[in-house]
Amino acid sequence: MSTKTKSGNGGKQKGLSLTKQDYKGIAKKHEPKTNVLGNCVKAFLVGGFICFLGQCIQQILMTSFGMTAKEASSPTVALLIIASIILTSLGIYDKISQWAGAGSAVPVTGFANSMCSSALESQAEGLVLGVGANMFRLAGSVIVFGVVAAFIVGMIHVIFGLGGVH
Amino acid sequence: MIFLWAFVIGGLFCVVGQIMFDVFKLSPAHTMSTLVVIGAVMDAVGWYDPLVKFAGAGASVPITSFGNSLVHGALTELQRDGWIGVITGIFDVTSAGISAAIIFSFLAALVVRPKG
Repeated sequence: MSTKTKSGNGGKQKGLSLTKQDYKGIAKKHEPKTNVLGNCVKAFLVGGFICFLGQCIQQILMTSFGMTAKEASSPTVALLIIASIILTSLGIYDKISQWAGAGSAVPVTGFANSMCSSALESQAEGLVLGVGANMFRLAGSVIVFGVVAAFIVGMIHVIFGLGGVH
Repeated sequence: MIFLWAFVIGGLFCVVGQIMFDVFKLSPAHTMSTLVVIGAVMDAVGWYDPLVKFAGAGASVPITSFGNSLVHGALTELQRDGWIGVITGIFDVTSAGISAAIIFSFLAALVVRPKG
């Protein structure tokens, strides 16, 4: 029931007045339909491909530099990040992510992409107030929640005397 | 074989992210934060290491591995140095990723010409 209609011409106005729920229903009808399954397939293909590339880099590092899998994983991530930042600077990564959705956002390359694009967007505000201050605008929440979660896990280990062993 | 599993497991992590985007209508920042916490919890209960052994980069490249390595650093130093290690060790393993991202993003901002 709308409360805004005046009592005098209530009958005429009733047809035009919209309650909040009516509006939500109408807005929902005209929303572009998201093709969840199609988007998931795209995300799977692109995300899987990025991880496959990572595995290739890791394998190359392991065979040609004699690293163990554990030693090779940090340089692998760093190389993927560099690649992602180069692609972001050239404007290619954003085109990929328009098609791939979460497929390019969830891998660590998406983390680097969010930092690099925030930095590039705020170039105009200067190096300190723009680039420096805005680089973590999107990536900051990831770091904050990751660190807080890790701290809680560590504290659980301290309190229950698990001693940090898995 | 590990190449196939890297593709499949890495792809599945991205599908989870896409479902959070499309079905639960979460913003990218909410999705990433949730995935990092999921990674941290998975490591806390000891599921992430076997997954890395099984799928290689399929588990170490998605953002969940960031949560995993934060917990890993904290627990490793906790074991070595006692309770203070929880604070000092958190960024131990993730340093490479975060430093590389900061340094090269900054260099990009210096070198790339602003658009428009």
